[in-house]
Amino acid sequence: MREKATTLYLGPQHPGITGNMMIRLKVEGDTIVGATTEVGYLHRAFEKLQEKRNWLQSFTLMCRFCVPESDPMEESYARAVEAIEGREVPERAKYIRVMVLELARLASFMLWYGGQNGSLGLYTMGQWSVGDRNYILDLFEELTGGRVYHMYIWPGGVRRDLPKGFEQRVLKTMDYMEKRLDDYDDLMFDNAIFKKRTQGVGIVNKEKAIEHGVVGPVLRGCGIRSDIRIDDPYEVYDKLDFEVPTSDGADIWARALVRRREARQSIRIIRQVIDMMPGGSVYNKIPNPQKWTLPKGDAYVRTESVRGEIGMYIASDGGLNPRRVHLRGAAYVHAITLLEDVLIGENIADVSAIMNSLGTCPPEIER
Amino acid sequence: MSFFDLKGTLKPLTALKQFGRKPHTIDFPKVSLEAADRYRGFHYNEIDECIGCGNCSTICQNAAIDMIRVEGVEGKKGDSGLRPRVDNGRCCWCALCVEVCPTGSLSLTTDYMYVSDDPDSFLWVPGIDNPEGKNKLSFTSADTSLNDFNRIPMPELEGMDRVKSFAEVVLGYNEEMARAEASRCISCGLCTEVCPDHMHIPEYINAIASGNDADAVRIIYDNNPLPEMCGKVCTRRCEDVCAIATRGDAVAIRWLKRYATETAKTADITYEIVNPEIKEPNGYKVGIVGAGPSGLTAAYYLALRGYDVTIYEANAKAGGATMYGIPKYRFPIESLDKQIEYIEKIGVKIHYNTKVGKDISFDKIYKENDVVFMGVGFPKAWTLGIEGEDAKGSMQAVNYLYMINADEKVEIGNKVAVIGGGNVAIDAARVARRFGADVTILYRRRVQDMPADWEEIEGAEDEGVHIVPQAIPIKVITDKKGKVSAIEYLMAEMVPDEKGGRPKPVPIEGSNKVLEITALMGAIGQQGDYSFLEGAYAEKIKVERGRFVVNEKQQTTDPKVFAGGDAVNRTADAISAIADGFRACKAIDEMLVKK
Repeated sequence: MREKATTLYLGPQHPGITGNMMIRLKVEGDTIVGATTEVGYLHRAFEKLQEKRNWLQSFTLMCRFCVPESDPMEESYARAVEAIEGREVPERAKYIRVMVLELARLASFMLWYGGQNGSLGLYTMGQWSVGDRNYILDLFEELTGGRVYHMYIWPGGVRRDLPKGFEQRVLKTMDYMEKRLDDYDDLMFDNAIFKKRTQGVGIVNKEKAIEHGVVGPVLRGCGIRSDIRIDDPYEVYDKLDFEVPTSDGADIWARALVRRREARQSIRIIRQVIDMMPGGSVYNKIPNPQKWTLPKGDAYVRTESVRGEIGMYIASDGGLNPRRVHLRGAAYVHAITLLEDVLIGENIADVSAIMNSLGTCPPEIER
Repeated sequence: MSFFDLKGTLKPLTALKQFGRKPHTIDFPKVSLEAADRYRGFHYNEIDECIGCGNCSTICQNAAIDMIRVEGVEGKKGDSGLRPRVDNGRCCWCALCVEVCPTGSLSLTTDYMYVSDDPDSFLWVPGIDNPEGKNKLSFTSADTSLNDFNRIPMPELEGMDRVKSFAEVVLGYNEEMARAEASRCISCGLCTEVCPDHMHIPEYINAIASGNDADAVRIIYDNNPLPEMCGKVCTRRCEDVCAIATRGDAVAIRWLKRYATETAKTADITYEIVNPEIKEPNGYKVGIVGAGPSGLTAAYYLALRGYDVTIYEANAKAGGATMYGIPKYRFPIESLDKQIEYIEKIGVKIHYNTKVGKDISFDKIYKENDVVFMGVGFPKAWTLGIEGEDAKGSMQAVNYLYMINADEKVEIGNKVAVIGGGNVAIDAARVARRFGADVTILYRRRVQDMPADWEEIEGAEDEGVHIVPQAIPIKVITDKKGKVSAIEYLMAEMVPDEKGGRPKPVPIEGSNKVLEITALMGAIGQQGDYSFLEGAYAEKIKVERGRFVVNEKQQTTDPKVFAGGDAVNRTADAISAIADGFRACKAIDEMLVKK
């Protein structure tokens, strides 16, 4: 007997650990037959606000585009502005930027560990990883003065040089993290429940991935090797030795495996960066921000965030403010068009896990 | 997958070993987390160092900072008297306010915890509401200030090349330099406050920075009809209070004004750019005594407002002290001519070589006009009051400058002593250098006490002028023909003033020195000459301590007569005179037209 379809509202209170958004689910029994995403709960119009802020003020808004991983946005903005202006960045600053980006990636993975497991009812993992993430945030606090919003990578370089002995503390934390990742494996990847709940769930196969323009771990989780750090290297990624892991499973499990291995690659990159970091200045001073204008022109830069490729388009009309700032975030595709598609045929209980797995980040969707 | 995943069941149980671990969490509130050394917590402001420029408030993209009056903080020269107040409910802790604080008084602290149920209590005046923050500074602007503290150097003629001619020493910024220099300004407006004429400095600098030189010229002409003169020789009190100067070089406001006005190369171009709106004649007549800066200013703005303005000038050229008192290497005659030509274009009539009291009576001017403005200046020099001062070869520096500027020949020989430390002394010394003399300046106090512009003092030294500080002349020695042959002076020591004033020079007994000279120039100040006010006018128009008594509208004790310039204010500079003229114009307009 065919059951009557009912409508179910998921969210807008944090469905999982992603941020506020809502999904209107049409369900028959436990099975989803239709999904419509409803966003708008976090819309703060950053892109519009930036048109009323000068080039320096705008930079402080970038970190807010995606809370768990603020640095790729700052870096993209800085790099786009530098491209329009032709401003050089000191070599040391580039290395520091990469270190910060990878630390941010690692911190974001930690949050993902918590979210992915929490959405399946496995709460221990979240306690661990979010606690361990704090050690990275401690590093950020020491380096940038802020824990979550760093506002550190700005046009021309970075805001401050490394504090004394910072490299050693980073390396120590990396050693600790590496050990902890083993512990996570025991708890998560060798966990029968986790396997059972994630294998064969939330399938995004190659065709679907290409159709939707999917990026990042979701793309790599269906066997396509794509990573901006390799494909279109920025900062000093072309000088670094690291791998881009892929998996063929195309399900939550496969994407989790990709992220698990990527976290280790981040540690590898951080170690290399610290080893190779040259001396010198960290900042090519921008002019008086009140009078700082950029030449007419525009720039589009690509960055690999933890959710995948993000594109930053900035246009300047030669004035004191950006004429347009536009972010093409990974989450926009993943959590709206793709999510609506992927959810069909899935179980209600898996929605949060799928959202987490796709790298849903509502603040990035709404900007 | 098998029915029962043994490994997958047992492995997670290894988590139990974590029981023995030290927890991540800390036992708050028994223990609280210490913030990192550069943590961005609550603001702290060193109230005494802050000058209330408001740059923090301008950069704040959250509008979390406003500038307010604070009890116990008085506004003074170079200090708006305002202090930032931070709304901690709006602040995003980006610390851009710290990075742009020109004084470096604003910092963030390691404090991060504040709990209250009163939303208004989140408004803090940093430094006053949290004085304890002083010991917890974390994020300071010491190392990465975004202010541009270094001035674009002004191209000048080389020191020893200068003395060969009267060519203008300062060469002026080119476009690129001007844009770069203008972009250092933070538009705080402390300069506008202290400028006697309250020129719209941030606005015209902004126009220059954004490449709109014509706009800059228009803004400048808003309340100054002699801006090119100011751009070259202004005493620029604006630069003394420049916020950037608290930790670096002041923005070169004077040179930027000079740059902007020089983009209009002729009076015609100036007219075209400014495109002044001249009102229909309103039937009122104004007579002005003296074509100095104050008289010209009053004349220009009155003419724009439709008045019939006539200036009576004793000399053959307009400009007053700026024409006859300032050497041409600082202020070339072409530049002055251009500005006078522009003022005459507006419809101002100037009668040259017409000395009031001699060629025309004050009474006539008074009766023929609805209002009279007097900008008569301080033409007479103070004498030194020492023995032998009347000897041949002893003269007043101001007279010397007058004669040189009027193309007259003056015999000074090859060794000149100038007495005094003001701009007139330096000018006379540098002019005498240009005629090949060895010049010594004798000044009673120290070099740092000299009232002259520091750039002028440096310029004089570059050109080989010898400055002897703490030297008090006591006697002029003459030769048999009654001509100056030497000057005798005493060295002085500086004695601190008991009342807290500046230290006083006290002569040292027996420190007599003699300097052989061929000419002596006194430059210890000037005074007014009001002999043109005949009969009843001299009684009606009151003079106190050598200056006309005026109210805040520049009106003398005769309501029909206004006055401005050196004969009124003690600052004795052109920009104050311009301000007087502008003020008088507004008052006259109010009195006659808007009554």
